[in-house]
Amino acid sequence: MTWGLESASVRFGACLALDNVTLHAEPSTVNILVGGDGAGKSTCLRALVGLARLCGGAARRPLKREIGYVPATAGLYSDLTVEENLAFSGRAYGVTGSELAKRSDDLLEHIGLIGARDRLGAHLSGGMQRKLAVGTALLHAPALLVLDEPTTGVDPMSRSELWRLISAAAAEGTAVVVSTTYVDEAQRASTVTLLDRGRAIESGSPAEIVAAVPGRLGIVRSRTQPQGLSWRWASSWRVWAPSGPLPENAEALQPDFEDAVIIAALADEQGVTR
Amino acid sequence: MTVLTQIRDVTMRFGSFAAVESVDLTVSSGEVVGLLGANGAGKTTVIRLLLGLLRPSAGEVSLFGALPSIHTRRRVGYVPQTLGLYDDLTVGENWTFTSAAFGSARPSLPASLSDSKDALVRTLPFGLQRRVALAVAFSHQPELLVLDEPTSGVGPLSRARLWQDIRESADGGTGVLVTTHSMDEAEQCDRLAVMVGGRVAVEGTVSDVIGNRQVAQVKCDDWRKAFTVLDAAGLIVQVQGEMLRVPGSPDHVEELLAQHKLDGTVQTVPANLEEVFVSIVLGTSRQ
Repeated sequence: MTWGLESASVRFGACLALDNVTLHAEPSTVNILVGGDGAGKSTCLRALVGLARLCGGAARRPLKREIGYVPATAGLYSDLTVEENLAFSGRAYGVTGSELAKRSDDLLEHIGLIGARDRLGAHLSGGMQRKLAVGTALLHAPALLVLDEPTTGVDPMSRSELWRLISAAAAEGTAVVVSTTYVDEAQRASTVTLLDRGRAIESGSPAEIVAAVPGRLGIVRSRTQPQGLSWRWASSWRVWAPSGPLPENAEALQPDFEDAVIIAALADEQGVTR
Repeated sequence: MTVLTQIRDVTMRFGSFAAVESVDLTVSSGEVVGLLGANGAGKTTVIRLLLGLLRPSAGEVSLFGALPSIHTRRRVGYVPQTLGLYDDLTVGENWTFTSAAFGSARPSLPASLSDSKDALVRTLPFGLQRRVALAVAFSHQPELLVLDEPTSGVGPLSRARLWQDIRESADGGTGVLVTTHSMDEAEQCDRLAVMVGGRVAVEGTVSDVIGNRQVAQVKCDDWRKAFTVLDAAGLIVQVQGEMLRVPGSPDHVEELLAQHKLDGTVQTVPANLEEVFVSIVLGTSRQ
């Protein structure tokens, strides 16, 4: 079953927070929403899991007990121990008795918190808290796992461990939807949706997004900003010509995924039709 | 290039715990230096030492050739992760206030922000707030800029524009020290210092740090089974779509796949910065 949103819109008063967004999540795929703060990532995920009411379009989601959802801010109880957090969430989803004990043990082993099972949630490091929150959402083996910025502010070690959990869930057949502000992270995705002001301005697999870059990309090794649409990259400039030739001092460059994402945002901002 | 700040063989102990141990780090004018490390690796302590908020237990910290003090602080711009702006003041008021606090000559607000001059900071989109924070830190024309996760929470295009601002100030001679967890951001730096357990484990340009480290890239009809097999063998597997990337020898990976009768191709490709970071941290902690 493919879960997701079809032309979904969400309105908060006068503000159209989500504008006609389509998103598909098949089993065993990791689907990533990329955008800055305020782009509509959380609203999109909340619409997907049924916490934000659609004013247009449709959502296709499994039963509530088959969804695992971790919001950006919470996801665990700071006054419960690690084990109590798992037990509480497990029971809420109907996982009890010896099954709960076995799954909790396996999960704690997997997330490297077996030695911290009696520690209060409040006494875990930021990275450990995130791992436990994701682990808690996985305890009932959901068909759809939805994680809102699980790696924001998390150091690269913990991020790598979190992605191990996410990949393992996908390998076992879960459909995963994750939001992030880190473009490099989106390369892990089966599909990427780039959000800006509530709209999906680009979507596809990372390879498709790179292949869809129109016009020409060049690099200018100078401190002076070149003519046309350009942005700084390290000590040089990237310049993008949606149509026509590159400036004379530019060397042609194959766009990578980060270039492609910036170009998509630039094209949207400048109203360049592609 | 003039050396702006130099940390020489610095150790910082809190009780019996050494948060920073025998660290050397310099930032010169016109360069952007990235400070990377896991949480608790000592990055914030290094910054606090630099700003003169902590005195080292051993070693020397010099800022503009002197000990850090209120006088040297005037020549430093600092943007914390929380931005340090006044939410309930306008962009223009924040600008004026900071210029006055630093006793600077009050240059006028940059043209790129003039449209938002009268907007309350808290009403602005987050990416724009970050640009304002950066502009305010530039307002007293600091010789050294210290930026803590300067683009966290910002979309791709705003990030590119923030880096444009950072680079412009470096072109003008400012030295920049950036702490970051973002690999995109780290790749923009002229030099990186990777801290592990209070020490600088690796230092150099992005290509120095990556060196000739490689990973095995695995394409397999059944990526899910391949992932399970390689993960169970204790390897750190990065899944990209249906492709797997695994540090270490391709022979070992091929062997594991063959043992489980999995067909696939294994190719050696250069490691990315995140893979290198993880292997540095694991390698250092295992020594």
